[in-house]
Parts: sequence; C-alpha cells; structure tokens
Amino acid sequence: MSSESIALTAVREPSRPLGDALYSWVTTVDHKRLGILYILYAILFLVIGGIEASVMRLQLIVPHNHFVSPQTFNRMFTMHGTTMVFFVAMPVLFGFGNYLIPLMIGARDMAFPRLNAWSFWLTAFGGLLLYFSFVGGNGLYGAGSAPDVGWFAYAPLTAKTFSVGHSTDFWTLGLLVSGFGSIGAAVNFVATIVCLRCPGMSLGKMPLLVWLNLVMGAMVLLVISPLTAAQVMLSLDRFLGAHFFDTQAGGSAVLWMHFFWIFGHPEVYVLVIPAFAFVSEIIPVFSRKPIFGYPVMVAATVCIGFVSFGVWAHHMFTIGMNSYANSFFVITTMVVGVPTGIKIFNWLGTMWGGKLQFKTPMLFCIGFLFQFLVAGLTGIMLAAAPFDWQLGNSYFVVAHFHYVIVGGILFGLFAAFYYWFPKMSGHLYNEKLGTLHFWLFVIGFHLTFDFMHIPGILGMPRRIYTYEPGRGWDLWNFIVTIGVFFQAVAILIFVGNLLYSMFKGKLAGNDPWDGWTLEWSTSSPPPEYNFARIPVVRSRRPLWDLKHPEDPDWKYE
Amino acid sequence: MQVRDSSISYTRWAPQVLVCRCWPAAFLLAASLFSVHSCFAFAQASRVPDIFKPASTPAESIQRLSLFVLVITALIFVVVFSLLVYAIRKFRYRAPEDGLEPPQVYGSNQMELAWTVVPVLIVLVLFFATARVIHSIQQAVPPPGTIQVTAIGHQFWWEFRYPGLGVVTANELHVPASNSAQRTPTFVTLLSADTDHSFWVPQLAGKTDLIPNRVNSMWIEPHETGMYVGQCAQYCGTQHAKMLLRIYVESREQFNQWVAAQKQPAHSADAVAAGRRIFEKTACVNCHAISGTIADGRFGPDLTHLMGRETIAAGAATNTHENLKLWIHNPDSIKPGALMPAMNLSNQDLEAVTAYLESLR
Amino acid sequence: MSSTAIPPTSIESQWSLPYKGHVGMACLIAAESAIFTIFVVAYIFYIGKSLSGPTPREVLHLPIFATVCLLSSSLTIHAAVGALRKSNLSAFCLWWFLTLTLGAIFLFETGREWQRLIYHEGLTISTNLFGTTYYSLVGLHAFHVTVGLIGLFTVLLLTLLGKVQQEHSRNVDVFAMYWHFVDVVWIVVFTVVYIIGR
Repeated sequence: MSSESIALTAVREPSRPLGDALYSWVTTVDHKRLGILYILYAILFLVIGGIEASVMRLQLIVPHNHFVSPQTFNRMFTMHGTTMVFFVAMPVLFGFGNYLIPLMIGARDMAFPRLNAWSFWLTAFGGLLLYFSFVGGNGLYGAGSAPDVGWFAYAPLTAKTFSVGHSTDFWTLGLLVSGFGSIGAAVNFVATIVCLRCPGMSLGKMPLLVWLNLVMGAMVLLVISPLTAAQVMLSLDRFLGAHFFDTQAGGSAVLWMHFFWIFGHPEVYVLVIPAFAFVSEIIPVFSRKPIFGYPVMVAATVCIGFVSFGVWAHHMFTIGMNSYANSFFVITTMVVGVPTGIKIFNWLGTMWGGKLQFKTPMLFCIGFLFQFLVAGLTGIMLAAAPFDWQLGNSYFVVAHFHYVIVGGILFGLFAAFYYWFPKMSGHLYNEKLGTLHFWLFVIGFHLTFDFMHIPGILGMPRRIYTYEPGRGWDLWNFIVTIGVFFQAVAILIFVGNLLYSMFKGKLAGNDPWDGWTLEWSTSSPPPEYNFARIPVVRSRRPLWDLKHPEDPDWKYE
Repeated sequence: MQVRDSSISYTRWAPQVLVCRCWPAAFLLAASLFSVHSCFAFAQASRVPDIFKPASTPAESIQRLSLFVLVITALIFVVVFSLLVYAIRKFRYRAPEDGLEPPQVYGSNQMELAWTVVPVLIVLVLFFATARVIHSIQQAVPPPGTIQVTAIGHQFWWEFRYPGLGVVTANELHVPASNSAQRTPTFVTLLSADTDHSFWVPQLAGKTDLIPNRVNSMWIEPHETGMYVGQCAQYCGTQHAKMLLRIYVESREQFNQWVAAQKQPAHSADAVAAGRRIFEKTACVNCHAISGTIADGRFGPDLTHLMGRETIAAGAATNTHENLKLWIHNPDSIKPGALMPAMNLSNQDLEAVTAYLESLR
Repeated sequence: MSSTAIPPTSIESQWSLPYKGHVGMACLIAAESAIFTIFVVAYIFYIGKSLSGPTPREVLHLPIFATVCLLSSSLTIHAAVGALRKSNLSAFCLWWFLTLTLGAIFLFETGREWQRLIYHEGLTISTNLFGTTYYSLVGLHAFHVTVGLIGLFTVLLLTLLGKVQQEHSRNVDVFAMYWHFVDVVWIVVFTVVYIIGR
C-alpha cells in the first residue's frame, strides 16, 4: 500500500501502430485521456482565437485602418468571444477537472465514463459546427460567413430580418450542441464527487480543487440551460416564425438580454472557480503550508455560486431599468465581491509565514493574485451603476473582463499546466523556458490590458472596426496592439516547451513538487486504473500524513 | 523532510526583486503618462470625449461618484498590493536550508471575521453613495424650460425630432446651454426603428440604450457652449462604428435662431431646379424627406437643412462637395455596409443633384 | 494509505455514498428544470401581450382527462418499481405497461388538442405571442414525454425478453425519477397555461 509499490507497477505502454493508437484515443472512456483530449482541443482553439484577436488588434492599431473590412472585423470579435468562452475556457477546465478529480478523490474513473466521452465529442463537434460557418454560413448563395452578431447575439439583430443567411444559425446550433456536452460533463462531475470518494474522504476532507469543481459542476447545470432555452427560442423565431424576440409582434429584445445574462454572468464564475481551484492547490505546495482557512474557502465559494445568480442585470444597467432595479443589482454585484475578496486574503494568508518557491506554477499564481485583485476592483467600479453608464460597453469593460479571463483565469491555467504537466506526461518541463514564458506574457498582458482601460475612459465604445482620429485614442490603441506580439511569442514558447518536454524532458517521477494530494501517489503518468488499491484517507493532505507520520494533519484539522 | 531543489539559485531573485520594487514605479509612470496626456488633450477638450471632463449635470454627478469609487478601490489596491509584495519578499525560500517545513497554520477565525466585516462595510458605503446618484439622475423632474427631443436610432444614423418645436433633423443635435438661474436641460426620449443602439456623449451624460418596442429616456444639462462628440455604443450591425454623434451646445439666442431656421421649409432656387427634379423622380424620395416638397421618406435622414450640418453619413465624412458626390455615387467607399444604395446616376445628374442638396441650407 | 494506528477496514466498511444513478438523474433533472423555468418565465412575461389573434380564454379547453392519465401514470410507475424490488416480475410488467399506455394517451390527447387549435382555431406558433409561447412550452413538455415513452417502451421490450431482473430495480428507479419529473413539470405547465394564463 505504499506509494513506491504503485510506482513500480506503472508501465509505459509498448509502442503500437499509429492506427491502433489513434483508434484507442478516439474510443477512449478513460478520464485521463478524455481530459487530455479536452485540453489539446482547447489549446488548438486558443491559438485560433488568438489569431482572431490579433486580426482585430492589427485593424485597430491606427485609426481609419483598412487591414480588414468591417464585415470581417465584426465576424472576428464574434468568433473570438464565442471561441474563447465555449471552445477554450469550458473545455480546458472540464479537461483538467476530468483528469484530476478521480485521482484526487481516490477513484478509478468518473461516475459515467461513456457519458464523459459523449460529452467531449459533443463539445468538439459543436466547435467544428461553429467554424464550418466560415465556409457554409450563407448557404448556397455565395462565400460562407461566420456569425457577426457579437458573442452575446442581442435580439433583434439576430432576427431573420437583420441577420440574413445562416451565420447566426451556426452560432446557435454550434453552441446548443456543445451546451449539451457541457451539461453531460457537469452531471459527471457532480455524480463523481458525490458518489465515488474513497473511504475516509468526507466532504470536509476533499481537496479544495474537488470542492470547487463540485460547485462549478452544479452551477453549470443551472447556467447552461437558460442559454439553451434562449437559443431554442431564437431558432424557433428564425425557422418557424415564432415571436419570442420579434419586436414587431410585441416581442421583447430585453427578454433575450435577461435570458442571456442569466446564463452569461454565472458563466464567468463557472470559468473562474476552477482557476481558483488550481491556485488553491498550487500556492500551498509552493508555500509549504496548508491552504489558509479551508472551511471559509469552501463557504465563500458556495456563497459566490449562489450570489452569482443574482447579479446578471449589471450587464444591463444602460437598458433603462428603473432606479430600484438598478440599485438592487448594484448591491448584489458589490456583495459578490466580498467572498471573492475573502479568497484573495486567504491565499495571501497561505503564503504568509511560508517558504515560497518561485517555480513556474507559483510565478503564474502570483501573477494571478495581482491581476485578479485589479480585475475585481475594476469590477467594483463597474458595479457602481452610474459609473457603468459611462464605462459600460466601452473598452474599459473589455479591459476589465480580459483582466479577469486572461490575467486571472489564463494565468491560473498556465500554473495548472506547468504544475500537472509532469504528472500527465511523466516528464519535467524546462524551467528556464517556463520562466521566460511567464515574464514575456506578463509584459505583453500589461501592455495590452492595462492601457486598454484608458480609451474606455476617453469614450471609445467596443465592437467598432475603426475609430476617429483626434479623440485621444490613437496612442493607447497602438500600445495595446504592441502587447499582442509579446503574448504571441510567449504562447509559442509555452507550446514549444510542452511539446519538447513531452518527448525529451527529464523524467518526473511520482511527486516532483513534494505535494500532498492523492494524485502525487501514483506514477507519472498514472496507470489506467489509477490506484492498485483504493486509498483510505484521514485528512485533507493524505500524503502529508504519510510523509510526516509523527505529525499528521488529522490531529489538527 | 528535505526540500531539495538545486535549480533555485540566488541570481534568480534579482529580476524578481527588481520588478517587485519597480511595480509601484511602473504604476506611477503610467499614471503620470495619463495625466500628461490629459493635460495635452485639454486643448481640444470637445473632441476628446473624456468622461472625467464632464460639461453637464448628470455627467458631473457621475464623475463625482466615480472619483469616490476610484479613491476607495485605489486604497484597497494599495493595501493588498503592499501585503502581497511584502509576503513575496519576506517569505521566500532561503538558505541555509534547515530542511524543515514552516509552521503549518490552518487558519484564523479572527482574521476571517476582520476581512469579512471590513469589505461588507465598504460595500455598504459604496452602495449608498451609488444609490443616491442613481436616484438623482433617473428620477430627475424636468423643469418648465426643458427642451424635449425624441431620438430614434436607425441602422446607422440618428433621427432627432423636437416635438414641441416642430423640428426634424439628423445626427447633429443642437441644444441650449443651461444655467442655474433659468434651467433649460434637454430631455431625450429614446426609441429605435430597428435594432438596439445606445446614445453616448460621454462629456454630457452616461449612455442609455435605444431598444425597439421600448421607450427609454435620458437627460443632459450642459453648462458650457461647445461641440461634444459621442457615438453609438451598442453593436447594431456592420456600420456601428460610424454611427457618430455630435451635440452642439449653444447660447439661448443661437439656439432660437437655429430652431427658427430649421422650421423653415426647404429653400427652393431655380438654379438647382434640375437637380430637384432628378431628386424627386428617382428613388431618393423613398427614403428621404425634404419639407415643402413631395419627398417624405422616413427610412433615411431628413435633408431639408442638410447644409446646416458639418458632417454627413452620421459623422463618417465632412459635409463637402466632393464627399457629398461620393456618398451619392458610391456610399460603400465611405461607409461600407451602410443602407444607402449607390444611386447609379450619370455624371451630369450627379452634379445636378449635388448642387440641389447644397442649396438646402 | 492511512496511518497504521487505525485499521483501515472500519472506515471502509462504514463508508457508503449515494448511488451515482440517483445523483446523476437528479443533476439532469436540475438542468431540465432550469430550461423549463425559462420557458415558463417567457410564457408568463408574454401573457396578455399578443397584439392580435386568438387569446387563451377563447381557444383553450382544460385537458382534464389527459392530466388525470399522466398523473396516474406516476402512481403506476411507482407501483411498478415497488413490484420489481420485491421481484414480482409479472406485476412489474403489468404496471409498467399501464404507465406506458397512460403516457401514450396523454400524448395522443395533446396531439388532438393541437390539431383542433391549428385547424379549427387558426392558432400556430407564428400566429401571435400566445401561440409562440404556448406551443413551445407545451411542446417542450410533450417532447420530454415522448423521450420518456421511448424509454418506457425500451424497458418493456427488455422485460418481455426476460432481461430485467430484481437487481435492476435501482436502474429502473432512476428512470422513474425522470418520469415523475415529467409529471411535476406538467403540473406547473398546466397551472401556468390553463389556470393563470387564461
């Protein structure tokens, strides 16, 4: 039952013909392989979404530029947003969750392995359907076109009158299909975490990552459904002449906004909570201390989960709701900042008094902390509705949410990549290249997204393919675009590092970071069955107990 | 348990520390860049729609609230930032290696209470400050001297009607400056003819959306004369980017003169009769209105006093002879995707129509 | 993996977690409830807002018979699951068949009502806001009934082939959860459409 015996039983698979190997990957129901498939899929779309962003920034580098047409630009921001949320962020977070949850709870696989595979392939197919629009968007009438209605596809711009052809339908159907995949994945997460924990692992003894993925999974069930429902309604409008959002027949454009944002706001918490999970696992290990305030972290996350369903109309402060409705959403939005802030303090408390090691995962976690702090504070600014009446729908908002998603979530993801890459691949990555990636990306990120706040303050709205010179926006747009190059180079270094290290990196062994959760007791990569015998645990850090038998955690928790 | 990791070396800390020390400096640098730029921009204040240079009552109360929120968030930032920087520097792993793990602290209820209660108090303060401004702006009562305007959003231009004054124009709004002795704010009712738009002139007020099948309203109360720019702030289709706005704030006398001129029917001169005939016989009249003639289309802007505007195509081009000709001949060259079709007139007809339009002062 | 001070088996032997089938179905029901909630909200929002066309009061008749059938099918499926737990296969088969029949009657009645509405009253999904919200909400529910009927039929077939035994009672119970959910949704839809909305 010791960790060494598990290590000895792990074998590298003998090399097989390529066809067999591909077949085994395509038909796999193993949570680890599906996790890796999700992650690879997301990295591919990260690059594609990044190219879309680069096209936009090149168009905006100077005023009245002619790099792309307005039609192309409008497709770029629509596809960039849709891709990044649905085909990068959701898959990569489901991927990490799929990989890690069974390992961390001492299970052999997820609760429903075939549902797991079905969910992945559905998500993948949804993405392909969306991208098919580039060639198939206008049906038979000419060159195809991707959707250009914005990632939130406000009615009535999406009605047949204003969006002729099928580009909007690709948006609707691609997301509908991948939405079912997301619900399937979420069902799996919740069922696995509730039903497959190893003996001794009560809810209060699960790693925080598992807790946070439980909250995220439960949220997904309630979050994706409003979008699915709204998209069904939109499709009924477009195909069967229904009138849900048909303002000429008395329908309401605002109803779409409500339905979309009831999905859209909790969705961003669905995206950020797994990033919190990564950071909550990595910071303790590289501070050599347990997470500060575990019960409060759990409570804060559950609180965020609930309150996040009550803030959605802060995306609608400008649509003319009355002052009482506006005030209600001001207070709920500000209140959701409280548990979020508590989490930042707890991470700080974890680092405090520790022995910090600045390996690449920790560098990204620290970047996360600084940047998520700023993102949260600009969020508080936007929560003050009159301030939002100026800043809303401007580049200030674009800067804010990229600060959260790139500065927060993506940094958390990079930390997770570097931290668990040795476990997944069996090899160590190159630390120097990892550090280089970090610094280049920090420079690029701040060049782009710090300065992006300024045009917003100076009145530049979002989703414009060009802008007037002389409004004070020129210099800032230029700087913002320059930052993109740094980020692009950093991403190339990241991908190169992982690819190279997968084949040529030093062997990692079971536990390169001296970690404390169950995944570090298996070999790297783990065998298909994960654990030779299902472990029995007595505390939140089972490996700490093993490594410190004279001073185990369960005496103090 | 030994924590052995030979890849960590001291030289690795130098850039780390350097940047940590530099980050406050970096922020100061950015802040000073911004303020220098703002000072420079002051010379052309009306062209830079800076929300922190308000010239109207609602924008001013928003600015006051914004500064209050900024100060509080900046304080929070400074405190947490400093703690983070301190933690990174003080608690980094150092030699000599004693091989021991640091004290394993699981939490502290007092700290949790402290950093829950303080943020809740901050939230309450912010909320009350915010709610006050929301109410003062949204529940303002129009005083007797109010100018009423109805703004109708179209793809991709603005229709402005003054119901009380019988004036119809497009894209460039004229309003009187208001003073506290005799208040003359402008209340704007917001409608849409097609999709969602948003009315945003940052120096005069926050933005409010124009949504079909819904009536919204907003108000401005500018104090200083001048021209203030803005544009549509809700994605409305291909040419959302060039749905620009201008608001000319004038003295009371100038405004009255402007209204009087706008109420006149279109000028009619024999010299441009040929152009007028072409206008009235081609598809122009389907979309455009010119009062005093048979043209009464509502799809496009009212052209009765076209020459009173400094720009055409909702700000996409200045109102010059060449641009006017180009716009009629090939709108896509100025605003690709605009709903004005290319009129396919012969050169001679084009010149005639342009001359006619240029007579519409 | 644990410290040697406590023998592992006592924790292991007392360790029991919920059945994953129940939890998984509960999650699915949560997601489906959210979808139905949005359609119900749209229905309620648009009550009285149609600009023209038939109103609910004019054209809707209370579907009492269909409702009774559907709600009784919840009782019959409950009896079926109980019978299977006690290994009473023939009773299970009978109750199951009754459930399927009652569900099929409900669907048939819905079809009849729609035929009347479309051909005699001129109400379609594109007629007005009432038509849009009525057909989408009732149709979404009918779709879920159809899926349930397919499942019921499949299990019936497997039972007749002798493949369903007492050890499958938990699985069948998971399916019954879905069927009960469909019935509860009908109670909500009935109240909103036929009582509040008229």
